[in-house]
Amino acid sequence: MTKLWNSYRYLILRRTTQFGVLFLYFGANAWGWTLLMGNLSSSLFLGIVPLSDPYALLQMVAAGAILATDLLVGAFIVTLFYLLIGGRSFCSWVCPINIVTDAAALLRRKLGVDAISKKQPASRNMRYWVLALSLVLSFAMGITAFEFISPISMLHRGIVFGLGFGWAAMLIIFLLDLFVLKNGWCGHICPLGGFYSIVGKLSLIRVHHNEENCTLCMKCKVVCPEQQVLYMIGKESIPVLSGECTNCARCIEVCDDDALGFSIRGLAKNKKTGEKNESNK
Amino acid sequence: MENKATSDRRKFILNMARGAGITALGGFVWSAYVSEVTASGLILRPPGAIKESNFLKTCIKCGLCVEACPYNTLLLAKPGDHKPLGTPYFIPRDIPCYMCPDIPCVPVCPTGALSESSVTTNGVLDIYKADMGLAIVDKESCIAFWGIQCDACYRACPILGKAITIEYNRNERTGKHAFLTPVVHADACIGCGLCEKACVTEKPAIFVLPNEVAMGRVGSHYIKGWDKNDEKRLEDAKEIKSETKISEKSAVDSLNSGSGDLY
Repeated sequence: MTKLWNSYRYLILRRTTQFGVLFLYFGANAWGWTLLMGNLSSSLFLGIVPLSDPYALLQMVAAGAILATDLLVGAFIVTLFYLLIGGRSFCSWVCPINIVTDAAALLRRKLGVDAISKKQPASRNMRYWVLALSLVLSFAMGITAFEFISPISMLHRGIVFGLGFGWAAMLIIFLLDLFVLKNGWCGHICPLGGFYSIVGKLSLIRVHHNEENCTLCMKCKVVCPEQQVLYMIGKESIPVLSGECTNCARCIEVCDDDALGFSIRGLAKNKKTGEKNESNK
Repeated sequence: MENKATSDRRKFILNMARGAGITALGGFVWSAYVSEVTASGLILRPPGAIKESNFLKTCIKCGLCVEACPYNTLLLAKPGDHKPLGTPYFIPRDIPCYMCPDIPCVPVCPTGALSESSVTTNGVLDIYKADMGLAIVDKESCIAFWGIQCDACYRACPILGKAITIEYNRNERTGKHAFLTPVVHADACIGCGLCEKACVTEKPAIFVLPNEVAMGRVGSHYIKGWDKNDEKRLEDAKEIKSETKISEKSAVDSLNSGSGDLY
């Protein structure tokens, strides 16, 4: 039991927050709860604190919309929050699409799809191009371009207000991730993930690698949805500084040798120099 | 060595071209899709909604207005509804807007897509300032125009006597009865849809359409001379001089050049 908890503790916590947030939104619409109203695009916390999607705000700026104070305050709070806890923490701890793509990734590993063909036909930088394209289209059309096609909004809105044909979009993403491209949606295309990757470059909470404990089993790289961020495994004791890391902590819980753990950015650096000083002695 | 440099350069150019190709393909499909799905003119917005083209860029699709509505009037468009995805609307025949005096759906809007100031008179919320649409009567299917007495829409109207009035006319067919027919007045009607909900015909003979669909536009070159306010527009009017040069040749030859000049 302890073993089970140890190797799935973050996964369980993540699913709890993901479902918990959706449940609060659902309750607000269905039973009139006032703790968290609205949805992930924009919401009202405790009936006073506005929270808004900063990427939607960015599209509105590009589209030339007049910005309301509540929206600016809400987007500021959300940006500040993810600056602290890690930009793409949104992706793995809140976003409901993560559940769909994690399921696809799990099934993909079980079916051994990558053993048959290892080549990935697309670049992970595509998301930054999609991000740029969404802003260009928003500007050219005077409309929040991604918000009208976003499967993320489709899903969370669908769960709170009714899904309609939205299940088809979920199926497309599931099949894309399963057969076409490993981590296709979250790791290659999603511009919201791209946006939070940029925010996350500066964020404080980081996964830290301790090379001395590493036995090179590479279990962490197998489960990681953004493998490129773990380039230092078995090579250097440094924190994962890429904004593309989602802080999902799967690597931490699959590691049997205590070679990975969460750390706070500034402190991690001090610890590192501390270690170096010791080895110099 | 030189060969390798050339092939690297070729690779680079090919990659750039590939990127440009995919971007163009994606961009066109994306923009075509978005412009199609947002082109739905037949949609009724909540009270206080700003102009549709601004609404589409300002609404963040959070559904706070939907949650605030005590009558479950408002819905968020989901895939398959054939409405701009995620934006709030209502179907009056199912649930009309009951015109709450405190308009709970408007102040909760975080982006100002539902504008509080547009439904405020002297600092107090005023639902009568809302303008969601306009009720239209189809004379063919309205049974009052057949001579059958029905004033369901008139009675249902919350702005009774102003937004809908009843007009009396002699029924020539029977020679002894009256037509009591409903007339909608655009200046008072706010498009709540209670009339549409109340209409007794199978498909409503009175229904709300967005103003942009229901109304025409005169243009600025007509001025009501009997209306003092409208007449004021003349004060700022500037003279527009336009001259058309008459072609002397065609005036002379107009009868000789066939039918071309006649049209």
